[in-house]
Amino acid sequence: MEALLAIVIGLQTAGGLYLVLRRRTFSVIIGTALLTYAVNLFLFASGRLAIDMPPIYTPGVENYTDPLPQALVLTAIVISFGMTAVAVLIALGAYLESDIDHIDLRRDPNDLDLDPDEIPWEQDPRDPGLEAPRGDFG
Amino acid sequence: MTEQSDATLALIAALPFIGALFPGLMIRVGRNACALSAGWATLSALILLMIHSTVIWRGEVVVYRIDWMPMLGLNANFRLDGLGLLFATMILGIGLLIILYARFYLSREDPMGQFYTYLMLFQGAMLGIVLSDNILMMVIFWELTSLSSFLLIGYWKHNRAGRQGARMALAVTGLGGLALIGGMLLLGNAAGSYDLSVILTKREEVLASPYFAPMLILILLGAFTKSAQFPFQFWLPHAMAAPTPVSAYLHSATMVKAGLFLMARLWPVFAGTDLWFYLVATTGLITMLIGAKIAIFKDDLKALLAYSTVSHLGLITMLLGFGTTAAATAAAFHIINHTIFKAALFMTAGIVDHEAHTRSIKRLGGLRVLMPITATLAIITSLSMAGLPFFNGFLSKELMLEEAAHTSWLGNPWLVPVLATLGGLFSAAYSFRYIGHVFLGPERKDYPSHPHDPPFGMWAAPALLAAMVVVIGVIPQAVVGGFLNVVADAITQEHLHLHKLKIWHGFTPALGMSAIATLGGLAVFYFFTPLERIWVATPKPDAKRMYDALVMFLHRNLGRISNNLHDGRLTKFLGIFGATTVALGLFAYVSGSHTPGTREMIAPTLVDYIGTILLIASTMAIMNYHRSRLLVLVLIGINGLIVSVIFVRLSAPDLAMTQVTVEVVTLILMLLALHFLPKHTPRESNWSRRSRDATIAGAAGLSVAALSWALMTRDFETISGYYLKHAKPDGGGTNVVNVILVDFRGYDTFGEIIVLGIAALLIFALEEALMDGRASRKLANWIHEMRYSKDRHPLMMVVATRMMMPTSLMVGVYIFLRGHNDPGGGFIAGLVVAIALLMQYMASGFAWASDRIQFPYHAFIGWGVLTAGITGIGAWFNGFPFLTSDFGYVHLPPIEEFELATAMAFDLGVFLTVVGAVMLAIYSLSRIARRTGESVNVSPMDYDPSTVDPFEEGHIRNVRTTGEER
Repeated sequence: MEALLAIVIGLQTAGGLYLVLRRRTFSVIIGTALLTYAVNLFLFASGRLAIDMPPIYTPGVENYTDPLPQALVLTAIVISFGMTAVAVLIALGAYLESDIDHIDLRRDPNDLDLDPDEIPWEQDPRDPGLEAPRGDFG
Repeated sequence: MTEQSDATLALIAALPFIGALFPGLMIRVGRNACALSAGWATLSALILLMIHSTVIWRGEVVVYRIDWMPMLGLNANFRLDGLGLLFATMILGIGLLIILYARFYLSREDPMGQFYTYLMLFQGAMLGIVLSDNILMMVIFWELTSLSSFLLIGYWKHNRAGRQGARMALAVTGLGGLALIGGMLLLGNAAGSYDLSVILTKREEVLASPYFAPMLILILLGAFTKSAQFPFQFWLPHAMAAPTPVSAYLHSATMVKAGLFLMARLWPVFAGTDLWFYLVATTGLITMLIGAKIAIFKDDLKALLAYSTVSHLGLITMLLGFGTTAAATAAAFHIINHTIFKAALFMTAGIVDHEAHTRSIKRLGGLRVLMPITATLAIITSLSMAGLPFFNGFLSKELMLEEAAHTSWLGNPWLVPVLATLGGLFSAAYSFRYIGHVFLGPERKDYPSHPHDPPFGMWAAPALLAAMVVVIGVIPQAVVGGFLNVVADAITQEHLHLHKLKIWHGFTPALGMSAIATLGGLAVFYFFTPLERIWVATPKPDAKRMYDALVMFLHRNLGRISNNLHDGRLTKFLGIFGATTVALGLFAYVSGSHTPGTREMIAPTLVDYIGTILLIASTMAIMNYHRSRLLVLVLIGINGLIVSVIFVRLSAPDLAMTQVTVEVVTLILMLLALHFLPKHTPRESNWSRRSRDATIAGAAGLSVAALSWALMTRDFETISGYYLKHAKPDGGGTNVVNVILVDFRGYDTFGEIIVLGIAALLIFALEEALMDGRASRKLANWIHEMRYSKDRHPLMMVVATRMMMPTSLMVGVYIFLRGHNDPGGGFIAGLVVAIALLMQYMASGFAWASDRIQFPYHAFIGWGVLTAGITGIGAWFNGFPFLTSDFGYVHLPPIEEFELATAMAFDLGVFLTVVGAVMLAIYSLSRIARRTGESVNVSPMDYDPSTVDPFEEGHIRNVRTTGEER
């Protein structure tokens, strides 16, 4: 059980971070959502795993799960909703104001320090939003 | 030493800061009121200090301790002993005179309120340094003096030299301050306490510390930069671009002496070690010589005085470096004397500048006839600076030469005495020049402005100081002898029996050296013109140019680095951040030691495997199809759902309910936003970029997985036993998670609902801002790229949600009420009710529903936070701390006995805030949709069978046509 949860947490972290490193606001928001799951699960796991042990006081029951991380995670879930909502609105506002949902600033084409393996997006011939999605981890 | 605790000590330290509040306001009343408002604070502090001084004279120490963070050793502890008294008297006494002098010095155009505010800030910071017992607090005040002196030096903002000088002073002293922090931390660590009273008794521990050398060097860096010791002496002359009161106060009497104070303060700990002697005495000696030599050839009056100050600071540093009690006593005496004559000299220089409109010695001369009072004062104080008998400077210079006479450097007994005599010679030379080239000589006709003596207010302060110069010079023992003994005791932390101060010691080597110095000084003055020609002809290193070159070099190269790192590309920062975090984690892992966990594992069942596989599959799918945004939203829903199931499985029912409800509202929110965003993400990264990101992400994932595994396989001590035990008897609820939220850790929850409320209001504000400007115009001309169903508000959905509304609200209330004892509570109930409302909005359109559900959602947030807050405050009236909850059992006849807890009112606040926040966020997004011209229905559904005859021919055809179009 512990191993399965560790795999799940690790995978969601990796996926979340990968998406956070993408260049469009929407991917970043989805990435943070994935990271949120991973972090909440991790915090929850800090109370160790317990099956069929209530966090609710019941006469006659000896073993309880740790309620403290649960309380912390509960508020974390709600707060992360607030955070996501703000991020979504910022992303939306940025797109509506600038016509582009890129998270990087426009670069100076004369900048000699330009990273050669990155395509300057303002010269991208493909119209953003029209290209068909492809399943290639891009 | 006996200690006395007195709270007024903290008041003395606070008074200048209080005084800093007034000048800015009082300047509206007038310039006198402004100066008075600064003066009263200084005067009150000085009077309080004098009251304490009686205790100090008895050889006792006044302390006052305020515990702030005792665990970190950071406390507001104050301490006043002889050394502190000396400096505090200087700071407040000279401060008072400077306030008087500045009142007449500043012109009508200068913003006087600002000046006195800065000055009082500086005074408070300086006083803080000398009264702090805690060295961490001292470091804070130390930095504060750098900052406030920056403001003071750059006071004439129009003056380019002033701005540059201020920057340079801040850079040099600030850098030293940073070094000092490091040194002080090492010192506190070695001594086991950050309180001076303890540190001063821990010499052995500090000397035995393995970090002794770096500690001493870092502390000395702080002291040397502040006190303008070689090679940091260059900032002080440039700081002279400040108004003269500032130069007189900061650069002669107080700030530059802070470094000396620090060295004197830590003298009992460090003095006597070889490292201390060679670092401090040598630096002092070099500084004394270099400063004095440059001072001779400076034509600017204030530059001459600035370099002379550098030289005298070097002299005192050297004395402290000698490490003998006699030398320390001489240092203390010279601190007193130098402060007195140098402050007076600065003021006379300021008067000359003020009257003659020039500070250039080449354009002055013969002023004794035109300004007899100023000339008298300047000559008296200059002769003291030169070290002539019957003036106070002579006495301490004698003591210095006496000490230098029997100090050998690396086994050489001649070096120090000869160089010290040379320093005295230079010192006499520039003093004579100050007298001879400014005040003596023939009267000139070409002064930029015709000079005459200033009003009494302006020369009163230097006159008082000049009188002290003479009085101390003639009857030293009677005036300062006892005080000096107290100070010397405080510096050395011993009980010394000093020789009586007197002018005549007989024919000692020191007298001979003194005579040589004076005669040599006269000779230099006599041959000044040829010597100056040689001086001009010899190439000299220009410290300012070197400093500027260094700054430019750093600016250019560091600028390149930060331009590369911070070029506005967030992806780059995030990549660097991710990679660094992983690397740090890896470093910690490799450098630490590990044993495998011993906790017993839980065996997974088939369901667990299925859940895991589903989650893995959906996460992989998200990464694979992340360009197709709608699909990703569906997939992320799977993740959320399975995470909720995980919570159910692992005994966390509250979390599962919260997760599943939050998931619903988050998805709705994202769907609404996606409506206005591009539906696909274009491909922009090439293969290498993607593999780089995948490597970072993969490494991070692996580390987090390993960390979680390591965490979960280890046993641990939890503090939850307390909560489980006390939830029912003290919190009145059996659902421990909820009791923790609303009771034990209610403060956290209170903060959290405030954050949530702020987030919602932020969303609302952002949306309001978007509603005018570019985004608004764009929305008004929105072209819908997708085709929509013509049946926007389907009949089935409208009817179903309408029917479910009461039920879902009831569920919400039920979850709220049971929350204290069973899974549920304000957070979950709030989300459930929000979803119930949302369903109405979705079914018939937001605007349509809004007209009918007329809740102001801002008010929900406000009421929620208020309710929670008032509940918390209610505890005060029962004599308990904020947010203490109470509960009792109520029996109303038709119903069973039930429990009422104040925590429920708190939970109601949570509930209201959550409903308000969620609805306000969605409301804001739907307002954006309205701007695109989304129409509002008249009836709740597009096809309303109650108003239209279903068998009417035309209507059926209409529906069918819509179907075909699709």
